[in-house]
Amino acid sequence: MNVFTEITLNHYLALSGLLFMIGLAGVMIRRSILVIYMCLELMLNAANLALVAFNRFHVKPGGIHDYDGQIMVFMIITVAAAEVAVGLALIVSLYRLRQTTNVNDLNALKF
Amino acid sequence: MEALFFWIVATGLIAAALAVIFNRNPVASALFLATTFVFLACVFITLEAFFLAVVQIIVYAGAVMVLFLFIIMLLDIKAEAKRPIPFGKILLVLALSLVFAFFFGKVLTDLPTGQTLLQWNVHGAPKQDAKEIGMVLFTNYTLVFGTTAVLLLVATIGVILLSKREVK
Repeated sequence: MNVFTEITLNHYLALSGLLFMIGLAGVMIRRSILVIYMCLELMLNAANLALVAFNRFHVKPGGIHDYDGQIMVFMIITVAAAEVAVGLALIVSLYRLRQTTNVNDLNALKF
Repeated sequence: MEALFFWIVATGLIAAALAVIFNRNPVASALFLATTFVFLACVFITLEAFFLAVVQIIVYAGAVMVLFLFIIMLLDIKAEAKRPIPFGKILLVLALSLVFAFFFGKVLTDLPTGQTLLQWNVHGAPKQDAKEIGMVLFTNYTLVFGTTAVLLLVATIGVILLSKREVK
């Protein structure tokens, strides 16, 4: 079996893992809180990709296909949209207080 | 042909994701994030999840990216300054990568190989996946669906409370 011409579940899982790792690296190396937030979205999307791939390759006996994994991804997308709205509102109110979005400057719980 | 499409889309996805974390300008990062979402929607299409691909583009590349760009413009965020990366952080990243690579390799070697896309097409794939997802969503997952509605309401009220100025 040729690894380049036959796309298996492993390919999708590798892609998902790589995407997650890039997101995690971004969270660790970036200093702007907004970009860190974008990298969190990348990690969520990596998880979505893994779920869709598992859902696609899961076939019940008799060739019946279920959509539970895709429902889960649908819910994750919904929750992520709500979470982005709340998180950005928090960032805006933080910026109003401190006039910065650099995480190195945000090192006090109270000021 | 499908394999070629997968490789093109996967390369684009990883390249766009890398561009997100290596650009100093947050606006460029946000635009590359939108590119990442579009490529991910293409990957969903290769997995025959057409409904999710459309939702991905509408919700992420549409709504979420507009929010991000709006906040970047509102706060007028400048590009990050160049700075040396501390040695401890490089060590941390390397250690985490090694741990990740170990578990990743273990998962990939433990999985049964040979599950290709063709296997499903033999059984005959249902093509109307929006209809199928709707059926499952409104029968087995009605409670989850209702809870999501409450969550969205709570998020809306929370955002309004967070962003309103204190009245003196």
